[in-house]
Amino acid sequence: MTTVPEGQVAPDGAHADILRVEHISKRYGAVTALIDINMRLARAEVLGLIGDNGAGKSTLLKILCGFQPPTSGHIFLDGQEITLKSVDQARSLGIDAVYQDLALVNQLTVYHNMFLNRERVRWPLLNNRSMRNEARRRLDAMGLKIPNVNAEVAKLSGGQRQAIAVARSVYSNPKVLLLDEPLAAMGVKEGAIILDLVRELKEQGNVSIIIIAHNYGQILEVCDRVNLIQGGKITLDKYASETSAQELTDLVVAEYRKALEDRQRSAASSSSLGETPRSQ
Amino acid sequence: MSNTAEAATGVTGPPPGGQTAGGNGVLRTLRRGFGAFLRQREATVLVVVVALFLYFTIDSSNFLTHANQANLLSGIAAPYIILATAEVLLLICGEIDLSVGFTFTLAPFLMYFLIAYDGVPVILAIIITLIFGLVVGAVNAFLTVTLGLPSFIATLGTSFILYGVVLTTSHGEPATLPASTEHIGKFFGNETTSAWGWSAIIWAVLIVVIFHIVLTQTRWGLHTVAVGGNQLGAREAGISVARIKYGNFMMTGMLGALVGLQVAFYDNTIDPSAGGYQYMFYAVAAAVLGGTALLGGAGTILGAGLGALLLAVFIDGFAIIGISANPLLIVFGAGVVVAMIANVQLGRLREAGRT
Repeated sequence: MTTVPEGQVAPDGAHADILRVEHISKRYGAVTALIDINMRLARAEVLGLIGDNGAGKSTLLKILCGFQPPTSGHIFLDGQEITLKSVDQARSLGIDAVYQDLALVNQLTVYHNMFLNRERVRWPLLNNRSMRNEARRRLDAMGLKIPNVNAEVAKLSGGQRQAIAVARSVYSNPKVLLLDEPLAAMGVKEGAIILDLVRELKEQGNVSIIIIAHNYGQILEVCDRVNLIQGGKITLDKYASETSAQELTDLVVAEYRKALEDRQRSAASSSSLGETPRSQ
Repeated sequence: MSNTAEAATGVTGPPPGGQTAGGNGVLRTLRRGFGAFLRQREATVLVVVVALFLYFTIDSSNFLTHANQANLLSGIAAPYIILATAEVLLLICGEIDLSVGFTFTLAPFLMYFLIAYDGVPVILAIIITLIFGLVVGAVNAFLTVTLGLPSFIATLGTSFILYGVVLTTSHGEPATLPASTEHIGKFFGNETTSAWGWSAIIWAVLIVVIFHIVLTQTRWGLHTVAVGGNQLGAREAGISVARIKYGNFMMTGMLGALVGLQVAFYDNTIDPSAGGYQYMFYAVAAAVLGGTALLGGAGTILGAGLGALLLAVFIDGFAIIGISANPLLIVFGAGVVVAMIANVQLGRLREAGRT
């Protein structure tokens, strides 16, 4: 896969990159969370955005889903520069984010959740039968094994819930799907549900996906490419086939060691000044 | 608990009664069926209502008479049923309206003032009064949703204001219904002009049926549950949380005004001591008895209606068999606490996958 230079049109008439981020920076007062981020996402690609806690993943996600604006930089969707003003607006443009366990209503059934705010009605009543059948059909088409669409979501496992949240987002036909920590607090078996779903979506090829994670062992299995973000900068951009969990671990650990040493050094230098006594 | 499959499915709460081991297949199926029935909270309340009803019927020949049943259903139960319906709408979306009992108190006075002092036609006065209920609800919603006050505090404030307005304008004195309301009074079930006695309960049942359908079968109801169950998630899905809450506050206010009018017509007097906190809290208690969680997201109108009916059977039955109403409150309070415990425990059972 080759990167198309800025402004140029790919041979098939469409931009090869569905999403491109250029020189994005984000500052909160004196704190700089993101420094000159350049990132691209190809059509039907699954990109893993990984990094330790506090590296800037969440900040980048919040910018991409329209929750907060960047301090500077440009975002291109389908070759067009866009300004994201709100989550709703980002969604209407085709960028949708799925958050861990946030989007579903536990007290409602699977199919009501899947159709939440897009309900089918036979005015004035809900058309439950139609929604039930359609939910069943769509879940089956995605290869999701949800035994009963009538069940309250509260009764499902974490993996199933997350999968339903993803499935719901896919219905609105987004161009870009952002999955925030989809495997957090999930066992191997649970996580497999999500990974299978991502593979299935990749095969269908209608949506490009960015998976945000800090545990990348499993993520690497489904990603085409990974970007490692450290200290607000992207420090690695490789195809999944060119890297390994070992390499990523080494990079993160090396950074952690360095940070630790820095901290110890500064602690050593500040301790010579003596701690301020806390007495009144 | 050795042989049943259900015993092995990991129960976190205490084992429910009637689930002990033994019995052949048929008995077990029956018991399981009955267990599933009882796990529907409405059914539990219904069983208690029927049992109490039978008890009072056997114990006193005065219980199952036309006069007493009309009094029980129209005089006692109907206002509680309507108010409980109103509160359930709000409780499900995680709010409460403490002022609804005073909207109740003020509504008939407003109608009276409009007719007696401003010469407004009766029908128009009633419509204005109902709109006033909507406005009170909108004010409560403004304080809660727009200004972000907890609804418990916001509606506590409006309660005092409404009650203050009642006492100031009426000088604390009851008023008589204007003669021009006599005709429409029958429609609301005025006891002195109509011996039929079932109007109010028919109003109540109609309201329960309508709002039960609204809550379970319409987008509005689904969104109300979604807002109460996961406000952030509902907003994420594009549901206007403010719109849902404004609507339910306003609906509650209007139902409060409607009950105020209905009770004034039923009693054939406008009483500044009618309604108030007692009616409001009994309505909330009825909702809790019927399975509504005060944390939002769960509850049924049908359950609340049955809870209110249970309360009315209690009050009327004990009066009929000549037991003082004072210890009744102890029983009732204990019943509310037990119902709340059951709500929490059943919620856990349900989450453990036992349906």
